[in-house]
Amino acid sequence: MSAFTPYQSIAATRRLLRSKEISPVELLEGLEQHIAAIDPQIGSYVGRDFETAKKEAATADLSRPLGGIPIGIKDAISVAGQPLQSASKILEGYTAPYDATAVARLRAAGAIPFGRMNMDEFAMGSSTENSAYFPTRNPWALDRIPGGSSGGSAAAVASGTALATLGSDTGGSIRQPASLCGCVGLKPTYGRVSRYGLIAFASSLDQIGPLTSTVEDSGLLLNAMAGKDAHDSTSLELPDEDFTAEIGRDLKGLRIGIPKEYFVDGMEPGVRSSVDAAIKQLVSLGAEPVEISLPHTEYAVAVYYIIATAEASANLARFDGVRYGKRSPEAKDLLSLYEKTRAEGFGREVKRRIILGTYVLSSGYYDAYYLRAQKVRTLIRRDFDQAFTKVDAIVSPTSPETAFRFGEKTDDPLKMYLADIFTIATNLAGICGLSLPCGFSNRDGEELPVGLQLLGRPFGESRLLRIGHAYEQATKWHKQRPPVLG
Amino acid sequence: MSELSKFFNQMSTDSPHHTIDVPYLARLARLEVTPEEIEIFGPQIGRILDHVEQMNKLDITGIEPTAHAITVFDVIREDAVTESLPKKTILENAPHNANGLFVVPKVLD
Repeated sequence: MSAFTPYQSIAATRRLLRSKEISPVELLEGLEQHIAAIDPQIGSYVGRDFETAKKEAATADLSRPLGGIPIGIKDAISVAGQPLQSASKILEGYTAPYDATAVARLRAAGAIPFGRMNMDEFAMGSSTENSAYFPTRNPWALDRIPGGSSGGSAAAVASGTALATLGSDTGGSIRQPASLCGCVGLKPTYGRVSRYGLIAFASSLDQIGPLTSTVEDSGLLLNAMAGKDAHDSTSLELPDEDFTAEIGRDLKGLRIGIPKEYFVDGMEPGVRSSVDAAIKQLVSLGAEPVEISLPHTEYAVAVYYIIATAEASANLARFDGVRYGKRSPEAKDLLSLYEKTRAEGFGREVKRRIILGTYVLSSGYYDAYYLRAQKVRTLIRRDFDQAFTKVDAIVSPTSPETAFRFGEKTDDPLKMYLADIFTIATNLAGICGLSLPCGFSNRDGEELPVGLQLLGRPFGESRLLRIGHAYEQATKWHKQRPPVLG
Repeated sequence: MSELSKFFNQMSTDSPHHTIDVPYLARLARLEVTPEEIEIFGPQIGRILDHVEQMNKLDITGIEPTAHAITVFDVIREDAVTESLPKKTILENAPHNANGLFVVPKVLD
């Protein structure tokens, strides 16, 4: 019998489970102990239910693709019978009555959803500082943010307290925290994974995806989750695909695009040098570099913060204190019930975005903001269409900087928004994106992880994972562990 | 100045060009705001709108808007009766319920 080993990949753990070197219950017990030892320093988890998980583990079917594998789930994704709050006070006391389709499919593949991961409230943020629970710390530097909004999901994988987690990505919320924490994060193509059971932020941009310690593992999770779902009319019917099928093939003949707009001066020097070195590595593995242009990149932040807030202001209208969650005890009539419940239940960033979204949709401003943004979105999407006629994937930094300190950007929302510059165009265009570790940058004397972003054409996940895996296997970055955790 | 640092320096601390009526918008959004929030949100959102302004540089004549990046049309499903969640399960999540119904403050006098 072997014990639980932190940072073991799903692929490796599966082998141990199948060869009976460890049982699913022992795996959970080991994980539980590791979380108890490590997570008080980090704060990745907002809840966990090992009692139910162990019952499920006792009867786990190890012949299934993810049989006995425990998975942490972002607090925005429904797990039947478990609390669900999207890290907001307004959903206090809410219990998810059903499984999100992504969770149901993980279960069908044998996985065990056992814990809920911290995040920015309603996925609005890039630092997990907007959580109503508590902040999550970056495992590499405890005075720094883990990124966001899926900060708990990333920090857990990076601190070995989860084999893998689910996050959601509306403008970079999987890839940016994966980058800042030094793990792998995959945003699938819009429509690849059902959004049913994900608390909606911006419905035309949201997508559920995995955070893992290896590229291959992200493919294993996507294999389980992908596919058409009658409950989400934007999910797409596509031929069955094994997203790990191309893994192991070399990069000869593949063209990787280097968008000049993503490599201008001004980014953190250590990020720049790590990504430059990563491109050289990809070329040495056989990929052919091609300079490309995505000319509308500079408009992405503007377009995003109109479309995302407009959609959010509509989506969050459902939180009215009537059907679920919290209700203000101060309410006297119906109007004050709405206004006071929402005032007490929503945090500051959420309120700011609701007001901005209401403004851009309001009479007299709709054409100037929302409609115009949708047209510029078309131009951004065309940039990528154009680029993908020339290249198989696009390579860039995931974030222009490494993890910043708590409070560094909380007073200036625009500063926080601009940090998403390299990730948000992906969601506007609906394409897929992968972030994986590609080095370290020295920021104020601390060595912090840098993420490499690979972008692929719609439904090109398999190709992305092939490139990511080849790079990962040729480098040592994914094997580095945060020193602070001993 | 480099392009990226120009980009980041768009957030100045100067007064924004855009002013918005926060209490009016908050009322539209059914959201009570405090005087402090009005004071903070006004300039912050104004500065975000200043940044957004750069979209006006682009000629968008004849460009179709994108509502969804991956377009799907006419998604239909079979018109079949399926089971829904039990009423009890739904009402358990309500802040106030009675007799199988959601309870709200009196709407009509």
